[in-house]
Amino acid sequence: MLAQQIVNAISLGGVYALFALGFTLIFGVLNVLNLAHGALFMLGAYAALAAVVFLQLPLLAAVLVAMLVTGIAGWILDKVIFAPLRTRRAPHLAPMIATIGVAITMTSLVEGSFGAENLRFPPEVLPTEILTLGPVQITQLELKIIFLAFALMGVLLWGLKKSRFGRALRALAESPKAAALMGVDVEGFFRVTSIIAALLGGASGVLIALNTNAVFPHMGQPMLHKGIAVVILGGMGDIRGALLGGFFLAFAEVFSVAYIGSTMRDAVAFGSLFVVLLLRPQGLFGHAAQRRA
Amino acid sequence: MRLVEIFIAAIIGLVYMTGLAAAQIKIGAAEALTGNAAQYGTPIRKGLELALRDINGSGGINGQKIELLVEDEQGKKEEAITVFKKLIFQDKVLMLFGPTLSNSAQASDPVAQSVKVVVFGTSNTADGITSIGNYVFRNSVTEADILPVTLRVAAHKTGLKKVAVLYGNDDIFTKSGYDNFKKALQDLKIPVTTTETFAKGDVDFKPQLTKIKASNPDAIVLSALVAEGAPILVQARQAGITLPFIGGNGMNSPRVFELAKDSSDNLWVGSPWSVENPAAENKQFIAAYRKAYAAVPDQFAAQAYDAMHIVAQALKKTKLSGKLEADRISLRDALPATQWTGATGPFKFRQVRGRAGKPAGYDAVQTAIVMMTKDNRYVIQK
Repeated sequence: MLAQQIVNAISLGGVYALFALGFTLIFGVLNVLNLAHGALFMLGAYAALAAVVFLQLPLLAAVLVAMLVTGIAGWILDKVIFAPLRTRRAPHLAPMIATIGVAITMTSLVEGSFGAENLRFPPEVLPTEILTLGPVQITQLELKIIFLAFALMGVLLWGLKKSRFGRALRALAESPKAAALMGVDVEGFFRVTSIIAALLGGASGVLIALNTNAVFPHMGQPMLHKGIAVVILGGMGDIRGALLGGFFLAFAEVFSVAYIGSTMRDAVAFGSLFVVLLLRPQGLFGHAAQRRA
Repeated sequence: MRLVEIFIAAIIGLVYMTGLAAAQIKIGAAEALTGNAAQYGTPIRKGLELALRDINGSGGINGQKIELLVEDEQGKKEEAITVFKKLIFQDKVLMLFGPTLSNSAQASDPVAQSVKVVVFGTSNTADGITSIGNYVFRNSVTEADILPVTLRVAAHKTGLKKVAVLYGNDDIFTKSGYDNFKKALQDLKIPVTTTETFAKGDVDFKPQLTKIKASNPDAIVLSALVAEGAPILVQARQAGITLPFIGGNGMNSPRVFELAKDSSDNLWVGSPWSVENPAAENKQFIAAYRKAYAAVPDQFAAQAYDAMHIVAQALKKTKLSGKLEADRISLRDALPATQWTGATGPFKFRQVRGRAGKPAGYDAVQTAIVMMTKDNRYVIQK
């Protein structure tokens, strides 16, 4: 059972981490707590479902469609909400409150057009072969999902660390003013960040929908709560923190089910989170709060 | 010329409106039409409206037509109370159907009881709803009556010796299903290898299923609604668990075959209604529903459809005086003796006792049909 539960935790953790990456990225760079990130997650799942059902696209193409659609949604989000609020120097809470509205609107739109009922991907398109590796049983689909989640995380980490783009983005997260003085196109980078964050959220939505066979309008809500917890645990705005935090939460959840009892799952998962925060209030990788000049 | 036209139109309008006011019986329905529970509230609405079309189409109630006022209670307690108050005090309905979830019924039914208005649940199966008072009726059969039958038949046919239990612990419906299963398992002396839970909105059940698999049961007892139950079936089959599942009322829906297509075999459920039940009344209901909505009905639609017919039967035997308070009481007095054979088979009411032991509301008396799924359909087990 242990090996199987580790696999369960890794596949869940990959999705949590992917979701939290986008969430923390937008916080780190734009300084916005994007409460519509859960809705983007949901939108990704529905976009992929529509691509498979209506356009008869293969799964991988559907994942790309989902990332495209949520990427566009991220662009609109920045254009319509974040950018105007930035130029007007709106107080901190304004963009956060606005994203609550965006989340409700998106959920209602999807509920109106797809219905409130649960949907799923047609079973014909999902690879169902079960592979047995020693004590572990895993479907081909699950393997692909884990692979895809890690590939996306890898690309993002590499991009942030090595590329010019990533360096500029990190500079921006440090101080938008200084970055602007160094010749970084601040507005453009804000927009790109919003797009990347949104498409990561969308990608995690498709992956969990494929993995669990459940697509419904309110699926983003529990995920958002977990995302917030993960990001706080990892340290607000910290990329490594989001990654580790995602896996921490997944392992805490899975192992509390396995060894303590499923009734205690959320109590153990969030309780251990609480303990970590008591010891390190700034999160695993967060820096102590400091005033930025 | 124009003046004459307006005058005639006004006369016609006036006659029509007073005619409507005089010849209509207003009935309210508070159902979840948006939000998570809309997947249950929507078929309920369709079932009620389908029956209404039958009743009004064949002359109504002693010459009067029934008007159905449907309000959205969003599957939330607070909203159910608000909507109940609106229908009772503002729209002045004769009686109410709803609400969709047992959770909401616990909160809103006392409102109707306190002002002596019949509230008729078509989907509330949790314990204790009808103990609220003698104006509370339901035709949804409680799980306390059905689950022991399902378990007994499944145990007999599969020869199971021990089971694992999985249920949703943050919902009054699935929790009360669990309590009933637990009691039935004790009565039948079937040991439980492990008891696992999940929460509403969960999507990943693999940790629980892995643990259940390791505990080596002969079957899995599942108290869940389709939204979580179907993914549980799929994920179990993906994890190589081929054991029988024994489900509650929530798993009796053809939607299982959409959401768990090709992974749905070997699920045992009991219910007063089955899409496969060949009784004439049921076939007629299914055909009419398919024609009206181009969809297969589920148990929620079937029970709502029957509920409207049961009320119509009672209304036919009630002399309506036109005085709202008196008529509400007359309808209450006529309901308990009403019998009806509809989509869910022969039906009558049985009075239950309240918390203090006093006679309270009315539950359904119906025989359960036990079914097992095979090749994406239910097969009735005799």
